[in-house]
Amino acid sequence: MSDLVTLETSILDQIAAAGDEAALEAVRVAALGKKGSISALLATLGKMSPEERKTQGAAINLAKDAVTQALNARREVLKQAALDTRLAAETIDVTLPLRETAAESGRIHPLSQVWDELTTIFADMGFSIAEGPDIETDDYNFTKLNFPEGHPAREMHDTFFFNPKQDGSRMLLRTHTSPVQVRTMLTQKPPIRVVCPGRTYRIDSDATHTPQFHQVEGLVIDKQSHLGHLKWILHEFCKAFFEVDHINMRFRPSFFPFTEPSLEVDIQCRRDKGEIRFGEGEDWLEILGCGMVHPNVLRACGIDPDVYQGFAWGMGIDRIAMLKYGIADLRQLFENDVRWLNHYGFKPLDVPTIAGGLSS
Amino acid sequence: MKFTLSWLKEHLDTDEPLEKLADKLTMIGLEVESIEDKARQLSPFTIARVISAEQHPNADRLRVCMVDTGDGSAPVQVVCGAPNARAGLISVFSPPGSYIPGKNITLGIGTIRGVESRGMLCSAAELQISEDHDGIMELPGDAPVGKGYADWAGLGDPVIEINLTPNRQDCAGVHGIARDLSAADMGKLKDPAIKPIKGEFPCPVQVTVEDATLCPGFALRLVRGVKNGPSPEWLQKRLTSIGLRPINALVDITNFMTYDRARPLHVFDAKKVKGNLTVRRARDGETLLALDGRTYTLDNGVCVIADEHGVESLAGIMGGEASGCDDNTTDVLIESALWNEINIAQSGRKLGINSDARYRFERGVDPAFMVPGLELATKMVMDLCGGTPSENIVVGKRFGEDRVIDFPLTEVKRLAGIEVPLVEIKLILSRLGFMMAGNGPVVKVAIPSWRTDVQGKADIVEEIVRIVGVDKVPMTPFERGEEPRKPVLTPIQLRTRRAKRALAARGIVEAVTWSFITRPAAELFGGGQAELALANPIASDMSDMRPSLLPGLVAAVQANINRGYPDVALFEVGQVFRGDRPEDQFVAASGVRHGYASSKGPGRHWSGSAITDAMDAKADAFAVLAAAGAPMQALQVVPGGPAWLHPGRSATIQIGPQNVLGYFGELHPRALETLGADGPMIAFELILERIPEGKQKATRARPPIEFSAFQPVSRDFAFIVDRSVKAGDIVRSAQNVDKKLISGVTVFDVYEGKGIDPDKKSIAIAVTIQPREKTLTDQEIDAVAAKIVAEVTKKTGGTLRG
Repeated sequence: MSDLVTLETSILDQIAAAGDEAALEAVRVAALGKKGSISALLATLGKMSPEERKTQGAAINLAKDAVTQALNARREVLKQAALDTRLAAETIDVTLPLRETAAESGRIHPLSQVWDELTTIFADMGFSIAEGPDIETDDYNFTKLNFPEGHPAREMHDTFFFNPKQDGSRMLLRTHTSPVQVRTMLTQKPPIRVVCPGRTYRIDSDATHTPQFHQVEGLVIDKQSHLGHLKWILHEFCKAFFEVDHINMRFRPSFFPFTEPSLEVDIQCRRDKGEIRFGEGEDWLEILGCGMVHPNVLRACGIDPDVYQGFAWGMGIDRIAMLKYGIADLRQLFENDVRWLNHYGFKPLDVPTIAGGLSS
Repeated sequence: MKFTLSWLKEHLDTDEPLEKLADKLTMIGLEVESIEDKARQLSPFTIARVISAEQHPNADRLRVCMVDTGDGSAPVQVVCGAPNARAGLISVFSPPGSYIPGKNITLGIGTIRGVESRGMLCSAAELQISEDHDGIMELPGDAPVGKGYADWAGLGDPVIEINLTPNRQDCAGVHGIARDLSAADMGKLKDPAIKPIKGEFPCPVQVTVEDATLCPGFALRLVRGVKNGPSPEWLQKRLTSIGLRPINALVDITNFMTYDRARPLHVFDAKKVKGNLTVRRARDGETLLALDGRTYTLDNGVCVIADEHGVESLAGIMGGEASGCDDNTTDVLIESALWNEINIAQSGRKLGINSDARYRFERGVDPAFMVPGLELATKMVMDLCGGTPSENIVVGKRFGEDRVIDFPLTEVKRLAGIEVPLVEIKLILSRLGFMMAGNGPVVKVAIPSWRTDVQGKADIVEEIVRIVGVDKVPMTPFERGEEPRKPVLTPIQLRTRRAKRALAARGIVEAVTWSFITRPAAELFGGGQAELALANPIASDMSDMRPSLLPGLVAAVQANINRGYPDVALFEVGQVFRGDRPEDQFVAASGVRHGYASSKGPGRHWSGSAITDAMDAKADAFAVLAAAGAPMQALQVVPGGPAWLHPGRSATIQIGPQNVLGYFGELHPRALETLGADGPMIAFELILERIPEGKQKATRARPPIEFSAFQPVSRDFAFIVDRSVKAGDIVRSAQNVDKKLISGVTVFDVYEGKGIDPDKKSIAIAVTIQPREKTLTDQEIDAVAAKIVAEVTKKTGGTLRG
């Protein structure tokens, strides 16, 4: 009996002493393997008398269980220790700088952003978006818009021309987006509600003019829309666009060949160190021109001015973008300096929405 | 249009303060651009006497003056550099603390070369009252020392400048402005009748008008025995106050009439005119030395007034030097005429003359005022210069046409959305000079001769509304109507918007470049056609409409490199031009990358970085295509592209050879050289219109998803192929072995170099086999693998890598 106790004690000591899983496995094989010491003892049971087998068998199996348990316990200890050792060696430098993601570093130009803002506001008011070509005919850019040949109003538009064709006609770069209104009226039946954003051109280059710029015009033609509606739309638009609760606007009579009556619109603001606050202050800033569509324009576009009526407005996208976002120099809009674009541009996921706000 | 407050009050009986008048002007459509109140601006400047002027001890050109400022205190010491500073001179003094407008400085107490100076003696230029800066001002001996200079000089009259719209020629004269203000309740118009002046003898000069369309009316009269010379002080002040230079009485009268009554006139020295006057077209090559001292060469399009000498005056634009009036003029011919607006505008533009006469004639003067204007001018000539008038000669029309509009009163409400009572309409129109007959619903409105701009009902509405006040029009909510809420953008607008966001989301920065580029750049990209070259470009490097966005983007990238930012990626989505018809204009989406601006991320970074290469451009292009809804499966990428791309590192993206959507690759070094840029740069360009539109689906619901019950199996293959073999061909060959079973093929390794023949490369693919009906046995999978190897070998000549 004492042999068995001695054996068990010896194996348990070996288990406790096993330093790693391989050594432990060697102990296991030496004890419980096919030729292991305990397995050998179990093999002797067959030769014993039933009485002896009963007592010896129980004792040996007890020893075997004890060894097995110890093996399992030791294995678990060794496994955890090995894991701890491995993890202790695995470290990273958490202060390494991150790389900017593409969605962070990409930019949408302020003009595109404002374009999206405008279309969002006007789509909500029930307008659709119309566009037309930059290269226009004199007829669509001027004549149909009630600019008589030789009229000084034509000269106010410093027009880029192309060379005359064989038939004497010559194309030009549109000086405003109004030819899109003409194209719309010629192809659609009233009621018409469109806004026409687009690139426009005039020979002008100084601190406040660039030879290309952008306009957005609106056009409503139906049987009932009048100046009161026009004022309301522009008022609603300005509040929505500049994201203010109230704004003071001044409508002044003016002159455009294609509207009658014609108005210019100023918004009240205060300028403070380059920052503009709307709805307060002493300054009046001119932001747009508008009016009731001139009967001659309606007639030129095949619409009876005694049956239909409507209004139109136009404003500079570049200008309102500059006003809203505090951009001081118009020319920088087209200089494409990445420092400027990073500063004034918008992130690709900053999509203007009615629900979430135009800018945020 | 400039005038002064006192001038306005010659025509308007009013007690309204300046600010109120100015506000009203703006609100009735005569926008006040500026009000210059010299009296306020020049209040620190006083009249002073120089008591003594001694040589400065340390400076040859300076004098030390003692100045009596007239305020009873001790004389003030002033160092002065003016050559005319001398004892006894009466001049203008400004004390320390004054703002000097002509120098844009505020004066302090200074020490000049060791001598203290406590103020300044001023030149006219320093006060911005004339260009004269030759010396300090010299005032008459009786000018009151100590009094304010501006008041004494009559500069206390505020100058108002309005921004006149081109339709309101009637307000190019003070009288017309006064009439508008009177209609707006700002006072009473002073409008005394103009009495004809009886002629004492027949006008000896005859007038022939050869072309009545160029000159609808012409009136002329001689005043004999006048005495010309400087005009009286009041008239000179009127003119100088608005920036005009007094010349002599006769000329000043014409300038006064131009601004007072919007009635330009011309005066000839009758003794310098030979024979009769003819109004005719100039003969090609005729010349005239005009009153501005320049000689103009004329052509058949210009209308002139000629005598036996030849051309004496450019009709309605500017007179000639030879027949001009000077101090020796004793007999004067006064001309008051009507000219063809378009011809005046064209001639003025052609000759480059912007005169006050042209400004008014090209906008159309009051035809009925031609003769009264002549009478008024005759009276002024006789009042200021004496003389005996001849009878008038009038050729052609003396009035415009009578114009009467049938005006339904409901038009006001219909167009302007405001109810205006009939009495108010009547009052406004009558004060503006319109005559109204009837009480409605349709009234007759006669338009005054000076309102050539008023043509129809809408114009009448404008007259009423602008005087009532646009601010009185109530804002009326605009109903958005019954239209369903649906997207309003067209497919191309949507693509544009999505392309921009997709590219920005790839870390690229959006640029907006010019629509015009240089001729060589345009030609490089297939442009430069005659119909796309501007006739009048603003600069030689902005001469041609762009056929591509890339020249502008390359220039922008290069400019950023030059500023010290070499890792740049820019994109643009915008219009390009292939012809001058609307259908020749397209929306292109393009991008250019340089340096470390690769799609791995911007700049160099510990996590990995790379110089950008053509595959970045491919990825950019495909991002746009995916965002724009292109049928991605149908796209073909064919090696090679246009001449502006690197021949071996470029490709064409197409759906069949007939529909090329665009290109990507490395820009050709020669193209970069033409564009003045340093490479390498990579680029892509797509035309958004070329992307076929997807079918409109009837429902937004997606088809039900089908999950396979069986696990997919992946097998890797590495093939050794010739270097010229395209990975795409290997992928397609593998894919085609069994389109049902093979759900994906990816290239996970491309290797050239050690261990591989120099003219070969290794391409490794992973093939995913997705069983559909049952789990595949090893034999079945091996069979598919064998077919893949056989197919790739057959199509590409490759061998399985051992």
